Amino acid sequence: MDIPRHWRLKKQRYALMGEVCGHCDAKLFPPRDICPECGEEAKTLFQFSGRGEVYSHTTVYDPPQGYESQAPYTLAMVKLEEGPLVTAQLTDLGEQEAEIGMPVEMVTRLLRSATDERGLLVYGYKFRPAVAG
Amino acid sequence: MTESNQIHDHEHETARLLKPQNPVGIVGYGAYVPRYRLPAKEVSRVWTNGTGGLPILEKSVPGSDEDVATMSIEAARNALGRAQIAPTEIRAVWVGSESHPYAVKPTSTIVAEAIGAVPSTQAADWEFACKAGTEAMVAAMGVVGSGMMGYAMAIGMDTAQGRPGDALEYTAGAGGAAFIIGPADKALAEIESTYSFVTDTPDFWRRAYQKYPEHGHRFTGEPAYFKHITSAGEAMFEATGTKAEDYKFAVFHQPNTKFPQRAGAMLGFTPEQIETGLLVPRIGNTYSGAAIIGLTAILDIAEPGDRIMLVSFGSGAGSDAMVLRVTDNIKGKPQLATKTEDYIARRTEIDYAEYVRMRGKLTMK
Repeated sequence: MDIPRHWRLKKQRYALMGEVCGHCDAKLFPPRDICPECGEEAKTLFQFSGRGEVYSHTTVYDPPQGYESQAPYTLAMVKLEEGPLVTAQLTDLGEQEAEIGMPVEMVTRLLRSATDERGLLVYGYKFRPAVAG
Repeated sequence: MTESNQIHDHEHETARLLKPQNPVGIVGYGAYVPRYRLPAKEVSRVWTNGTGGLPILEKSVPGSDEDVATMSIEAARNALGRAQIAPTEIRAVWVGSESHPYAVKPTSTIVAEAIGAVPSTQAADWEFACKAGTEAMVAAMGVVGSGMMGYAMAIGMDTAQGRPGDALEYTAGAGGAAFIIGPADKALAEIESTYSFVTDTPDFWRRAYQKYPEHGHRFTGEPAYFKHITSAGEAMFEATGTKAEDYKFAVFHQPNTKFPQRAGAMLGFTPEQIETGLLVPRIGNTYSGAAIIGLTAILDIAEPGDRIMLVSFGSGAGSDAMVLRVTDNIKGKPQLATKTEDYIARRTEIDYAEYVRMRGKLTMK
């Protein structure tokens, strides 16, 4: 059972909650308590804006178990406005093609479809093309 | 017959308005509509060889990774963006829906966690067919208006169900809205009063463990929708001493295009007063979200001083009527989050086959 893992990661998964280094001001995602830039302790929570752009992307046609209903889907490395590079699914592309440099925003979505009708629904961050307005 | 055993005729009872002790209003609001659209003519093509009448133009369809929890989270974030308050100031997160993802486990705790309103908060899921959202709003008015809480969030959101080929499949859409209720002096629209009209009327239901609801066909009209909407609206006119022309906008529950147009006319509203909030032709019936997402489209363009009448309807059955007055605080607020019309304009048309796949109607086992 992976219930404890999903529960432990919910803040970062639902809302892109990371950390900020009090020494060099680097923004950390995922949170890891030690700043990768300066090696000092970094435990202050930091709420990322969710805005960023596509750094690179690929399409998955042969999905792992639990993701079949969404295939084919696009995975991207997203460069967040605050610095970190995050790997996540792109969603709501519609007829749009993913492009490097495309502005995207974070949304909370079902990560894994409930193929097991009795199991937990797992939610987390994905990115979609930024909506006008 | 003595006075004590007379049968009380509630239908002719003078309306008793609900007004909180302290004035309250909408401090922040947010809408959400998924990207995909299924034209009604597609349903007609598959099930009636294209001969069926079309109750709307098209309906919104959620992506395969969307449900009432994810859609509520987005509307809630939009409401927070406009309210400009800390999420920890919200002391209740209430989600009204008839498509909660779990049978047992609250949608509201997922939403509260995602927006950062935990742990000092109430959280509960509400259900009253299509008026669960306004029911939660009335409760929020009560807890804020009594001084128990500074702010409470009420959401109405649905991914509505319709049996393949049924009349409901043409219209059962997806979307809704979130509202942060707070003190009137901070509100962009004060909710001056509310009134509810409720009877036991079996027009629509879904039994436990059933995927799709049943409905009473023509019975859903006169004794259900029209009776409750017009009774609540007329009671509101009488109790507040207002008439249709005193309002800039009116918005009603909208299961199809004709019903709210006719209910509006019965109450004396002009087509101009209801057109801004009449979104059903382009997004379908969003059930718990239907009347209140219309309200968000109105708030997106409203001016200080505008008066708005909202009347929801939930099968089973009941209507909540509300009278709102837009305040000076509305200025600059709509731009702080994605507007309702921007969500509607974000549109990708799908065909019936894609719809069947997205909505999980294909049997894989």
